[in-house]
Amino acid sequence: MSNFSTNVEASRFSRMWNSNMGYSFRRNPVAVVSLCIFAAIALMAIFAPLIAPFDPYDLSQIDIMNSEYPPVWIDGADKQFLFGTDDQGRDLWSTILYGTRLSLLIGLCAVTLQAFLGISIGLISGYVGGRLDSLLMRMADIQLSFSTLMVAIIFLAVTQAMFGSETFNQYAIYFLIAVIGVSEWPQYARTVRATVLAEKKKEYVDSARVLGFGPMRIMVRHILPNSLSPIFVISTVQVANAIISEASLSFLGLGMPPSQPSLGSLISSGFDYIFSGSWWITAIPGVILVVLVLVINLLGDWMRDVLNPKLYKG
Amino acid sequence: MNTNKPEKPLLDLQNVEKRFALDQGFLETIKMRGGKLIREKREVHAVNNVSLSVERGEALCVVGESGCGKSTVARLIAGLLTPSAGEIHYDGERIDNRSRHDLLPLRKKMQMIFQNPYASLNPRMTIQQALEEPVKYHTPSLTRAEVKDKVAEVMLSVGVDPSWSARYPHEFSGGQRQRIAIARALTVNPEFIIADEPISALDVSIQAQVLNLMLEAKEQRGLTYLFITHDLSVVQHFGTRVAVLYLGSVCELADTATLFENPKHPYTKALLSAVPQLKDDGPSHIRLKGEIPTPINLPLGCPFESRCAYANVRCETERPAAVQQPDGSLVACHAVEEDRLQD
Amino acid sequence: MSLLSVRDLSVKFAMRDHSVTALKGIDFDLAKGERLGIVGESGAGKSITGFALMNLLSRPGFIDQGKILFQGKDIVHMSDAEMRTIRGNRMAMIFQDPMVTLNPVLTIGQQMVETLKAHRKLSKSDAEQIAIMKLRQVYIPSPEERLNQYPHELSGGMRQRIVIAIALLLDPELIIADEPTTALDVTIQADIMELLLELCQSSKVGLILITHDLGVVSQMTDRTLVMYAGKIIESGRTSEIINDPQHPYTQGLINALPQQTEPGRRLKQIPGNMPSLTGIPDGCAFSPRCEFATDQCRITPPEIVQYEHVAVACHEVNRLHHVTSKGLDK
Repeated sequence: MSNFSTNVEASRFSRMWNSNMGYSFRRNPVAVVSLCIFAAIALMAIFAPLIAPFDPYDLSQIDIMNSEYPPVWIDGADKQFLFGTDDQGRDLWSTILYGTRLSLLIGLCAVTLQAFLGISIGLISGYVGGRLDSLLMRMADIQLSFSTLMVAIIFLAVTQAMFGSETFNQYAIYFLIAVIGVSEWPQYARTVRATVLAEKKKEYVDSARVLGFGPMRIMVRHILPNSLSPIFVISTVQVANAIISEASLSFLGLGMPPSQPSLGSLISSGFDYIFSGSWWITAIPGVILVVLVLVINLLGDWMRDVLNPKLYKG
Repeated sequence: MNTNKPEKPLLDLQNVEKRFALDQGFLETIKMRGGKLIREKREVHAVNNVSLSVERGEALCVVGESGCGKSTVARLIAGLLTPSAGEIHYDGERIDNRSRHDLLPLRKKMQMIFQNPYASLNPRMTIQQALEEPVKYHTPSLTRAEVKDKVAEVMLSVGVDPSWSARYPHEFSGGQRQRIAIARALTVNPEFIIADEPISALDVSIQAQVLNLMLEAKEQRGLTYLFITHDLSVVQHFGTRVAVLYLGSVCELADTATLFENPKHPYTKALLSAVPQLKDDGPSHIRLKGEIPTPINLPLGCPFESRCAYANVRCETERPAAVQQPDGSLVACHAVEEDRLQD
Repeated sequence: MSLLSVRDLSVKFAMRDHSVTALKGIDFDLAKGERLGIVGESGAGKSITGFALMNLLSRPGFIDQGKILFQGKDIVHMSDAEMRTIRGNRMAMIFQDPMVTLNPVLTIGQQMVETLKAHRKLSKSDAEQIAIMKLRQVYIPSPEERLNQYPHELSGGMRQRIVIAIALLLDPELIIADEPTTALDVTIQADIMELLLELCQSSKVGLILITHDLGVVSQMTDRTLVMYAGKIIESGRTSEIINDPQHPYTQGLINALPQQTEPGRRLKQIPGNMPSLTGIPDGCAFSPRCEFATDQCRITPPEIVQYEHVAVACHEVNRLHHVTSKGLDK
């Protein structure tokens, strides 16, 4: 039995590998390199507690005397701190690993929330149509006319003031996910609605209606699976955007507190020390952030080319 | 079998009309005319006052050219559209104003086959999933094994090997997909099938296969068909009766043999003469002047008046009613009524 | 000398790491003013033939070998500049969808004048005069007004007439029409076909009509080629092919038409499907669907032989003739 199932797995993998997508992936070095880098960063972030030599959240491991050691390749470094230390004496390498983990987590969760809201609203709006469609799409227009950061700054500043910074810091991660998630749903809603409008005209939807299936079933089982390609494409872009939004908010002091730094708050906390010579506290997390966002966008670009219905549709 | 019942048609359309609004929303209805703002709602008159009935066991063909409203008629009957006026009765019960839930029992009796086999199957569902879904939905009491048996039986009956059921639609050719689409309609054991141009997207040799399949299904399952097509040679072969549609109105309704031997309406005559024949030399069709007018501003009189060689003042102002002819056919034409076609 | 001679033409499509043959050994001649029908189902390679004749194949398709002689000159190896003096000028093409030819953002007049001026040294008013004359030739009412209209303002039948007028603009010697009426209604189709026939006859233009409709071919053409899976399997005078087909596929195609069977009876169907380009069987490509196939048919591809009045690629044509001539007489 188990033998049988591994066979199926293998054939599914080889089918994917030999499909159009697999072929174009193999032929595109940019996509291959991007995926490798992304996978490396993601793995390091996931296994941060195993890889990191120190636990940056554990106050007992931090010694203020170790502060501002430079990275190992610069004179005056301490061998145990690979990328040096920050202003509080935390090992920068461990902090970056944990910070990347937080950034990715917030990015993915926020995008999941966006996708959930946006896909549901887009499906309903496109399938039901009429006044409901107009109402939802006008809401999306209004939402889009505020910039994400503006909404987030106001929301986070108000909550910070309301709950006090201690409570805020404790729940900062949830607030960030919520605010980035809610403010970007129209992107999904519009894309999904457009594909639903196109799919709805196809005969398989009529055929499902003639068979008497309900609207929920038709939307979820028939239309949604056929609208997945554009959702995949915008998801990659949205993850990159969410990571940047989080970093910007943290940089402005409205995101993750310095005790649990994400990449953004790390960059921000090192900013004060740039001119005193400790450039690495800002520069190294900055480079990681840029590389992370870049590879996600490159993967998104490749995916858009492959899944473009104008170039290829079976 | 139904001799003890009084002769009640299986499907009955009474004065059905369908109009589509061309300007949606308030803003689109406002227009500038002669320096003034006016509010005007334009409508497409897709189906106008169509009355048809389908008897049990027959195959009624609806023919016409593109834009004549034949697909709209099919969609109205299938409940995909609601008529703007008129009534549709199935087996004596009115069906056009029912909710989706109330229509569920009817869905098992009435099914539809679509024109494009490349679009009528969900590309992300395997054949097995696509065929199981309606069975499970309409008879939830069946066990998994019974559902599988049913699917295999239907696949065999349309000539698709059940061992292919794990494949996706794109792995099949057009003809095989149309067989699968027919199989899907047959899974719920319907008695009435609406076929909207089911073979026009297929190649000649495949058309024959699918047509044969539909004839077989008719005999074995006692199906009744409403067959929408533009292809008159298929009508002659498949239909028991024919309704000719022009600009959303029925212009002639007759038994197939009667219609092909003795077409009466000038449009039917032109249509029949335009079919390219295999074994005569050179085209010899009746030339119609002009082209089909748009169904937005319907002519006041006969819809065919602008292209008809026999049109007179009466045709321009008065819409002809369907009149029964001695041989049983219904013809809506003043010229036929007044007997001035003979020259 | 014939207007067009095609010799052993073969077209391939480049795939990821190999190429598949789409056309193989296409061989035919077209005399000046002759009308030739190319019949086949989708996937038979008839449209590819049309594109190859115009030297319009684009990647991944390419002409692998063979010659296409247009008035004695091989167009396969012609440069783009040379080809442009022939294409649109002495050889024109009509597609199924008129919007392939017509540019939606230019008026009919602009498109016709531009085409004329690209090939001839003419003033704008002279070009317009020619355009109006050609529109009149295809029975377009009030042609002067049409010049200022955009394609979307016209009906489908009218657009196809204009496409024909554009094809005729430079008085070509050959028109290749690829399913010119498939998208149109029967009554309009009949009009367009009659028009095309009349124009070809009156000005001695050669016509290659690519279609799936045997009825259209029988009314329009002098000679017919029947294609199956990238090869010509039967060719000859149209009337011979329609009335007395020799190849089992052609017979099947004709017998499958609903007109050939009594109403309500089972149609005589050909079992199976046309093979895809990647899965063409060994031997005769039709053998898996052929009721007369023998072991020889499954191993060696048949050569084209002259039989009765037609050329046919079938091993069993001798034996077959006895069977079917009895069968057809009932």
